[in-house]
Amino acid sequence: MTAGPNLFEQQAKNRRLTVAWLALFILFFAWLGFGGDLALYLAAASRTEGQVAYRFPWIGIVVTTIAAITAWVSWRKGPQQVLWSTGARELTAPQTFEEKQLVNVVEEMAVAAGLPKPKVYVIDDPDPNAFATGRDASTACIAVTSGLLAVVNREELQAVVAHEMGHVRNLDVRLMTLIASLVGVIVVLSNGMGRMLRGGGWLRGGKGKASGPLALAALVVFVLWVITLILAPFISRIMAMAVSRDREYLADATGAELTRNPGALASALEKIETHEAPTTHIKEGAAHLCIADPLGRDVNLKEGRLADLLATHPPMAMRITRLKGMAFQQLKAAGQLPAT
Amino acid sequence: MGPMLFLVVVVVLLLWVVGAYNGLIALKNQTVNAWKQIDVQLKRRHDLIPNLVNTVKGSMEFEKDTLQAVIDARSKAMASGSGGGVKETAAAEGMLSGALGKLFVVMERYPDLKSSQNVRDLQEELSSTENKIAFARQLYNDVATGYNTKQQQFPTNLVAGLAKAEIAELWEIEDKAERAVPAVDLSLKKPQG
Repeated sequence: MTAGPNLFEQQAKNRRLTVAWLALFILFFAWLGFGGDLALYLAAASRTEGQVAYRFPWIGIVVTTIAAITAWVSWRKGPQQVLWSTGARELTAPQTFEEKQLVNVVEEMAVAAGLPKPKVYVIDDPDPNAFATGRDASTACIAVTSGLLAVVNREELQAVVAHEMGHVRNLDVRLMTLIASLVGVIVVLSNGMGRMLRGGGWLRGGKGKASGPLALAALVVFVLWVITLILAPFISRIMAMAVSRDREYLADATGAELTRNPGALASALEKIETHEAPTTHIKEGAAHLCIADPLGRDVNLKEGRLADLLATHPPMAMRITRLKGMAFQQLKAAGQLPAT
Repeated sequence: MGPMLFLVVVVVLLLWVVGAYNGLIALKNQTVNAWKQIDVQLKRRHDLIPNLVNTVKGSMEFEKDTLQAVIDARSKAMASGSGGGVKETAAAEGMLSGALGKLFVVMERYPDLKSSQNVRDLQEELSSTENKIAFARQLYNDVATGYNTKQQQFPTNLVAGLAKAEIAELWEIEDKAERAVPAVDLSLKKPQG
């Protein structure tokens, strides 16, 4: 019965990815902090004979402390911040028929996934879109735009919510929240340190001519350090996009597994696609979470090298084709293929 | 070297037995829990039906039989729900699903019923509950199938007796009519049948 990729494999893969990202970032922060110290130490050592003036790795300690605090805060507060930035309001007491239906559909999908019911949010935006965020199943939130409620029918709404529930169940929400907070820290740090570099003569100083192999080493370390500082925000964003793109196909498959109705998600995606106006309420910070790219960027419609690097979502046409393939397989298995 | 090797083999075997045993127990509890989830949804359906019947009774004077069928099926389902096995519950609830489906089809013929906000809300509640029952059943069947497969597969089947593992019954849909109506969502579709 179970279609699509194995649940535990997906969760295990996401856990591995989470650990890998954390390790990578710790290494990166260490380099960002203590690499600078190393350059300063070598520079100081090349100038003075015997006694080295620069002993205390203060850059490393400051960077590590700031990074740890910022990352922790945005890990704890990230989901709420994302929801707040989109102007989402929580549906605690649904008023209209559509809102009641939305809450019901979310409850249905929570039952299907065997998970606690996530909090439901609505964003008042005419463009159809949806996203999920949170740290795990018990803190998960699912948000949809009012445009989505207006455009799709009940079955399609169920399919979209199932896709988001797939993100929750596969622990994509945790990975994406973690990556978002780490990328945020990197951007902030490299901006801040870049400003310090430009502003200060703190690297020079000390008297005496620098010369010899130590000075060369100091220069090399320093140049490498600056290059990482400049490239880090881009590289980390590109990596985050790659992860998010990968997760979309899987959430489509998991959603289909929950509803056993891949056709409904295909037609929901088609509807979302035809209303392609940018979702103005969803800013870049939450773009990678959405079921369809809220910024309406052309790069998400293509396949190819550049698109693979920059897109947060796989091409819509590919996703629809895959889902229709699943629907076809389902009909074939049930022996209900249309006679044509 | 000999006794050491023997000891290592025994320890590894013991560790495996513990792991397999605990895995089976975990699956067994998941199956029980999944069954409980169905129960929660069934109870909700039983609670909603009197509401629906009372709301539509006035407007449907001529459809007494359809309403009575729903009421009867509900009391039967409630009776078998307390302490009945998978098969009995499935059969009784299947009857209720069928009766409800018929009622919804009949309701389509009453435009003033369909346009009433109250009825629309109730119908949405019931459709959603029907869906939740279906999804809870789907989850139960998936979990139970996993449990059954695990206890039959070699080598886990060797500790199945130790863990008192028994084949969990699946909730099959026996009624042909129910098969034809997978989700009661008539507000959006043409009446079937």
